[in-house]
Amino acid sequence: MSGLWAMIRKEWKIYFVTPAAYVVLALFALISGFFFYSMLAVYVMQSLSGGEFGGGALNVNTQLIQPLFFDLGITLLFLLPMLTMRLYAEEFRSGTMELLKTSPIHRLQVVLGKFFAAFGIVLLLLLIAFAYLTVVLHYGKPDLSALAVAFLGLALMAAAFLALGILISSFTRNQIVAGVVTFSLFLLLWVAGWTTAYSSGTIASVFSYLSITTHFQNFTLGLIDLKDLVYFLSLIVGGLFLTARRMELAE
Amino acid sequence: MLEVQHLSKSYGPFPAVSDLNFNAQKGEILGFLGPNGAGKTTTMRMITGYLPPSEGRVTVDGIVLQDQPLEAKRRTGYLPELPPVYPELTVEDYLRFVARLKRIPTREQAAKIDRACQRCALTDVRRRIIGRLSKGYRQRVGIAQAILSEPPLLILDEPTAGLDPRQIIETRELIRGLAGEHTVILSTHILSEAATTCDRVLIIRRGRLVAADTPANLTHRLKKTDTLLLEIRGPAEAARAALAAVPGVARVELSAALPGAAADTPARLTVESQGGDIREALARAVVSAGWGLLELKPVEVSLEEIFLSLTDEPAAAEPAEAAAAAQ
Repeated sequence: MSGLWAMIRKEWKIYFVTPAAYVVLALFALISGFFFYSMLAVYVMQSLSGGEFGGGALNVNTQLIQPLFFDLGITLLFLLPMLTMRLYAEEFRSGTMELLKTSPIHRLQVVLGKFFAAFGIVLLLLLIAFAYLTVVLHYGKPDLSALAVAFLGLALMAAAFLALGILISSFTRNQIVAGVVTFSLFLLLWVAGWTTAYSSGTIASVFSYLSITTHFQNFTLGLIDLKDLVYFLSLIVGGLFLTARRMELAE
Repeated sequence: MLEVQHLSKSYGPFPAVSDLNFNAQKGEILGFLGPNGAGKTTTMRMITGYLPPSEGRVTVDGIVLQDQPLEAKRRTGYLPELPPVYPELTVEDYLRFVARLKRIPTREQAAKIDRACQRCALTDVRRRIIGRLSKGYRQRVGIAQAILSEPPLLILDEPTAGLDPRQIIETRELIRGLAGEHTVILSTHILSEAATTCDRVLIIRRGRLVAADTPANLTHRLKKTDTLLLEIRGPAEAARAALAAVPGVARVELSAALPGAAADTPARLTVESQGGDIREALARAVVSAGWGLLELKPVEVSLEEIFLSLTDEPAAAEPAEAAAAAQ
């Protein structure tokens, strides 16, 4: 356990001195803040014009929170490769992998330490998003359980991104390569579901199943489906397990 | 303390290390000597558990690395060729991370970090960021990392590479000071380093052990011919003929004069003897011819020459003999 804790603390220290963590946090605050403000403005305008016809305020969950979480997802898709691309590539490049592999620490502890450290940053990002949403909680009456599920979905999706990003980082000693491949894969997984728009064949449904958006969507609507949970958890466990296996192999 | 049995590593069909056998006693400093690419680093990486061997067994302090990797790694400190440091961290933060990684109990960590910093003369730079330190300091941070948990076995891969002469001497003294408590294995391609630091030297060539002995014995055993360098003020060609006529001289070689050198530039000659001390005879020959003897000194046997002589030896008995000596 102490090995795991040592890894988490080391990665956090490096995140904050490099200062990758501050950059990611600041850019996320800026981008998600812009999204939040724009969507809130549109929502308020639509609600007001709806109110003239006696419809009253629109549903906060479907009209504001759901699209907002999709945009938060896209923001994470852009930013999370910055957190994971370094994690293994840099250890290989600088030779510190020799220290890790010759120390009394299990490779699973190394992988999990890196994963939890990056996930810690994700929790801070979610905290920023939550800070914006307190405005909605204060002025509107969203379905709280649905909001919690949306956050759970965002956290699971981010964790899956991290696990895949860490796996990709373990295959190269160049962090730019790791970053570009990770970002491209995320983007492909994000848009893979578009196939269902023009096809209903087997291949289209396979792509749709592989797509992150398909599984993320239910969460934003406040629905927890076992199928979606299995999807994200298998990406997380699979990614981390394969990374640990990768570490066993010689360079 | 350390037992290496039938250790082999091949990358595809290419054997990097083949059937290496040797022991190291407690408190001993063992030197790995060999040219670049001889398999020194590969061997060290297998002993430390970084690379899995294709075949063979490594036993550290009675624990088989292949059976209980974490227990064996706890007993080993390792300085790779590149010091495994995080340039973003301060020396202090880095050593604290290593202390946790090596599972040093929390209450002992501060004391051990202090001790390692003192031994490696890092106390002044503890709060500095490693990336801004000079190469010598970074190397010392690497050594501090290896000795931090005071492991019984220390593996140092070229600990003096890239250091300035003064740092090299300090590092050698540090390593000598570590012996006794620790068993030290270090690799080098510098013969004099092995001679001054190590109790025993293993010479590796193309992944095989070709000789294992004390540095003194090894140098003596491998020095088949003595080579002498002479500087003479006098006619170069005539000097060469005169020296070649001295009994016991096997070969005389005249170094080419620099282009544009003055006519009275001293001649430089390299003389190889067939054995025995011929310095007096050479001096007499020069002086009796009426030339000035400016310099006469033995040329140290270089590692390259030792390797050449080891390659030239036709007997296949050499590796077997070496293996026997290593036991």
